[in-house]
Amino acid sequence: MDSTIDKIIAKMPKSLSGKEFTYCPGCHHGIVHRLIAEVIDELGIAGKTLMVAPVGCSVFAYEFFDLDGTVAPHGRAPAVATGMKRAMPDRIVFTYQGDGDLASIGTAEIVHAANRGENITTIFINNAVYGMTGGQMAPTTLLGQKTTTTPYGRSAKANGYPIRMSEMLATLEGSAYVERVMVTTPQNVIKAKRAIKKAFEVQIKNLGFSMVEVLSTCPTNWGLTPIEAMKWLEEKMTKQYPLGIYVDRTKEAE
Amino acid sequence: MKMLFKGSEAIAEAAIRAGCRLYFGYPITPQSELTEYMSRRLPEVDGTFLQAESEVATVNMMYGASCTGKRVMTSTSSPGFSLMMEGVSYMAGAELPAVFVNVVRGGPGLGDIQPAQSDYFQATKGGGHGDYRMIVLAPHTIQESVDLMNLAFDLADKYRMLVTILADGMLGQMMEPVEFPEMRDPNGVPKKDWALTGASDHEPRKVTSFNIDPYGLEEMNLRYQATYKKVVENEIRYEEVNTKDADIIIAAYGTMARIVKTTIHLAEKEGIKVGLFRPITLWPFPYKQINKLADTVENVLTVEMSYGQMLEDVKLGVNGKAKTPFYGRSGGVVPTPTEVLEAVKKVMVGDLNG
Repeated sequence: MDSTIDKIIAKMPKSLSGKEFTYCPGCHHGIVHRLIAEVIDELGIAGKTLMVAPVGCSVFAYEFFDLDGTVAPHGRAPAVATGMKRAMPDRIVFTYQGDGDLASIGTAEIVHAANRGENITTIFINNAVYGMTGGQMAPTTLLGQKTTTTPYGRSAKANGYPIRMSEMLATLEGSAYVERVMVTTPQNVIKAKRAIKKAFEVQIKNLGFSMVEVLSTCPTNWGLTPIEAMKWLEEKMTKQYPLGIYVDRTKEAE
Repeated sequence: MKMLFKGSEAIAEAAIRAGCRLYFGYPITPQSELTEYMSRRLPEVDGTFLQAESEVATVNMMYGASCTGKRVMTSTSSPGFSLMMEGVSYMAGAELPAVFVNVVRGGPGLGDIQPAQSDYFQATKGGGHGDYRMIVLAPHTIQESVDLMNLAFDLADKYRMLVTILADGMLGQMMEPVEFPEMRDPNGVPKKDWALTGASDHEPRKVTSFNIDPYGLEEMNLRYQATYKKVVENEIRYEEVNTKDADIIIAAYGTMARIVKTTIHLAEKEGIKVGLFRPITLWPFPYKQINKLADTVENVLTVEMSYGQMLEDVKLGVNGKAKTPFYGRSGGVVPTPTEVLEAVKKVMVGDLNG
């Protein structure tokens, strides 16, 4: 078959299992899964990579990757990954976590894993809402944003403020690389992939904790079409959560 | 060669001898000496010690480490063990072997830091959610703690189960001469064909307690139950002391059983023959064995440092064949041998009924 094709421009990454994704139309999980798989393929680390999936919409993520993997209890993925990495320091270990998982129930675990400079990589999907349980308020929900548990909109007085995890984790000396990206356009997808690749490279070089926060859509729970959701993300979410590299200690660590 | 060792440190050394090179833990009284010993000793044998940010993180680090197929343990005390229950349930569901040492202290709540046996229910009936079991071993001397530690790791690996050593502050703090087994090679433990080590030489493996399909989850549960059945058939351990022709049998475990051994001598001087039935495995509980003993006496007196937790298993075992009176103190108060003798006398004259 290859003889009839001059050049393969796109194909399914080897590190994806080929199982059909369970995500809603317009959700960004699928794009990010693909980028991670492409990076793992390009770095040639599939045979030594261990994946820790979270609790949330991406609870099945360990099934979507052709890697050894497990599912952590809600929020505990950084602790599970720590145990794996300490037991097998020459393996590549990454967690994949949503905002409820990482920024609410799992704040202690992510903060301390980062602070220890735990040599793991975290891919953090921030869509400002609890998806799996049906659209409740997340710690990242914007002020005024309506969810099923903030039917009148999130108020600072009652619910506090949208938490900025990348900014917070960047203050910790154990964090070697923290960047926030989004995948709304082809250009942004390329940038996001570059960030993910960098994060894995940081781990390969034993430089410490690395995290890429990906601002993502949840058209189903936001009550928007996929196109409207992208627009909302770009207009509203990036104001609260500006894109960029929040810390890069790789030069001093190297 | 025998060495004088503190209980908690002896347990730690025994774990290292058993081939454990991974310890995750969080300081809590009355077992911090175990944690400290590990922080000092593990680096000497190329092991890994990590002080976690909480017991919740501890048990999840164990989860991750156990996924790789290596021997892993922690030690804690009652409030800490409560915090670990989430991870315990997940590990049981994912069939991940690991060893816990719970040096029980007075409760509930913050309680105190003195010895107690009031976490029997939590250990043997499941403190976490779901239909799971864990093997519970109850030593009553430091030498036995050392011996059971070796067994604990072997049972955990053999059955892919969690094993808890249920001790108490008394056992943790006292010193006794002990003999340690030979150092076992950590690489000599059987390779696990399910471990997550990177899918370079095997098809990608998944270790999880998760299955969204109820029939699939039922199948997983049936597999757990089949394992538990094998453990019940093969792993029950207990000790009988002085039970032949006894006037009364006392059922007790751990530190309490040790105290009862002194009561036996005190009672002998007063012409009362007291027998001791001491379960070593609290789960699986030796129901059949205590049932057989109940044929020989009028009373099986349960004595605990709680208000009657193992008592429920004793009653199930005795199954009405004998009376099942109870004596216990809790909250960190340890009954003396004389106090237990008084209880025995009361039972004999019908003042303490069950």
